[in-house]
Amino acid sequence: MKQKITACTDWALERFPMSKLWNEHMAQYYAPKNFNFWYFFGSLALLMLVNQFLTGILLTMNYKPDAELAFDSVEYIMRDVNWGWLVRYMHSTGASAFFILIYLHMFRGMMYGSYKKPRELIWIFGMLLFVCLMAEAFMGYLLPWGQMSYWGAQVIISLFSAIPVVGDELSLWIRGDYVISDATLNRFFAFHVIAVPLALIILVFLHIVALHEVGSNNPDGIEIKESKDPWGKPVDGIPFHPYYTVKDIVGVGVFLIFFATVIFYMPEMGGYFLENANFIPADPLKTPEHIEPSWYFTPFYAILRAVPDKFAGVIAMAGSIIVLFLLPWLDRCEVKSIRYRGGIYKKALFAFVISFLVLGYLGTQPATPTYTMMARVFTVIYFAFFLLMPIYTRWEKTKPVPKRVTDEPDAEDQYHAIVDVLEEMTTHEPMKTSWGATAFPVKPNKKGIIQVTNRVVKKLKDSLD
Amino acid sequence: MSNEGVVDNSKRQFLTTALTVVGAVGTGYLAVPFLSQMQPSAKAMAAGAPVEVDISKIEPGQLIRVAWRGKPVWVLSRTPEVLATLKTDTAKLADPDSLESDQPEYITDTLRAIKPEIFITVGLCTHLGCSPTFRPELAPADLGEDWKGGFFCPCHGSGFDLAGRVFKSVPAPTNLTVPPYRYITDTLIIIGEETEGATA
Repeated sequence: MKQKITACTDWALERFPMSKLWNEHMAQYYAPKNFNFWYFFGSLALLMLVNQFLTGILLTMNYKPDAELAFDSVEYIMRDVNWGWLVRYMHSTGASAFFILIYLHMFRGMMYGSYKKPRELIWIFGMLLFVCLMAEAFMGYLLPWGQMSYWGAQVIISLFSAIPVVGDELSLWIRGDYVISDATLNRFFAFHVIAVPLALIILVFLHIVALHEVGSNNPDGIEIKESKDPWGKPVDGIPFHPYYTVKDIVGVGVFLIFFATVIFYMPEMGGYFLENANFIPADPLKTPEHIEPSWYFTPFYAILRAVPDKFAGVIAMAGSIIVLFLLPWLDRCEVKSIRYRGGIYKKALFAFVISFLVLGYLGTQPATPTYTMMARVFTVIYFAFFLLMPIYTRWEKTKPVPKRVTDEPDAEDQYHAIVDVLEEMTTHEPMKTSWGATAFPVKPNKKGIIQVTNRVVKKLKDSLD
Repeated sequence: MSNEGVVDNSKRQFLTTALTVVGAVGTGYLAVPFLSQMQPSAKAMAAGAPVEVDISKIEPGQLIRVAWRGKPVWVLSRTPEVLATLKTDTAKLADPDSLESDQPEYITDTLRAIKPEIFITVGLCTHLGCSPTFRPELAPADLGEDWKGGFFCPCHGSGFDLAGRVFKSVPAPTNLTVPPYRYITDTLIIIGEETEGATA
């Protein structure tokens, strides 16, 4: 019996390089040994892609891409289809989770310089993935045919009409009608279910092939291929399988706790994951009081609104994504990781993150004069981060970069350090209890707390230099 | 043959180039039906029939909404006070005489209507196509002291007066669009038709 199985396996392996592929990309793919928390998000994003495919296929079995039937078919899925509510919430929560993971994944790249030579193409493929993901999310959002679906699509498609000369024709061509209509819904369904997912798969493939060609970056931003043992293996590398497959499974477990909590207890997430206005069927004659895009588009939407000119606003919004593509060439600093980069980059990245978050918040709010002014200020910061980058990164005061990856302090050392700090912040004055015994109650020590706070503040301040 | 084993590269190059060109032209031809498929269909083009609106029951200051070509069209009855304000209060308008804006040629009045008291406009913001809200009240808390009644787009904060004229420094580039229309009788308007039988 065993012999027959071996014979079968051999037969297949002679015809398909399964074990070669497995070794190249898993068992003998050497990844740096110092991956930290930030390195979970790539594999989690892949998990979300699988989630979206599986739940999406199930949803198409009951969804009807027809302006007359779409809204009701979604309600039908929610109420009458066995477990339909679960599958739909997995899909809608999955969309938001996907963006959270991707934003964290991109931030990781910006912190550790993962876009820099020789990984520019990985970044470009990643950015194309991001753009496809936005297209996928936008077109998927029209399908439930609610009020926010309808008017969100109306606004975004109208963006194209701002392009001079061809704009009106182009938006007409995208809609397939003079207004958002059944024709638009039907074609968005086709794009959402076939065209864009196909592009996503191809891009994920390219992203990973490019990554495995040059090897992964790491929190120290050094090339592990430069230090090899006599057998030609990187000394600071460990095989992806089993080390990182196992590590990633832990990440998956923790992630699924959060994911399941949202699905079961707060699938609408207070109107951010599924917007309230979308529970009303699309009405072409009435815009909801307050329209806002899904939360993951709001930073770019705030930039669009900040500019008081239609065409310039569209250019600014498109520009805010295009500058991200150019990141590998805007950054002139030789050092990759933020650990060894100058204070100016740390401060700039901090300002960028703040402006991205504030713009994200402003995009969810009505356009009052104060908020519009704030959006303008933060739009300037957003662009300044990128456009001034060739200047401020060129003369950055960097720290010496180690030859080998550094060790993180292990959990045991950290535990003792925490115990010491707690000890410093408390007193144990002996006191007599009411029944005459001696006790050592734990009380806060004012002087100790001030000392610790000062140290933490100083450390935070130093870490920005 | 004497030249056996000798490759004439220029012939190969010619064939390769010729095949590439033929292939590109073929792809181009195929792209036409593929891309044109996404244009509005004959059915969608035919759906733009004109609509009739009866304005005999409209009250002064009232706004009624009708659908034309799937778009909201507003019919607003303007009071004499409103008309007086619209005539004088033009300092904050970006295009008070509607020179840059989309309206039929026979609408020449600055108040943008055939009969000033009945104003007709397509209820879609010229910025990104949201439908603005009708805010006829004077100086409401959220729009400020200077608001003398008009339309406010909640999406991106564009404001228009009650003649659909856009205010300065807002995202909307032009005034609201006035659709082609004509009076059949004093109380019956047809929207989407300019002269009898000719649809715009």
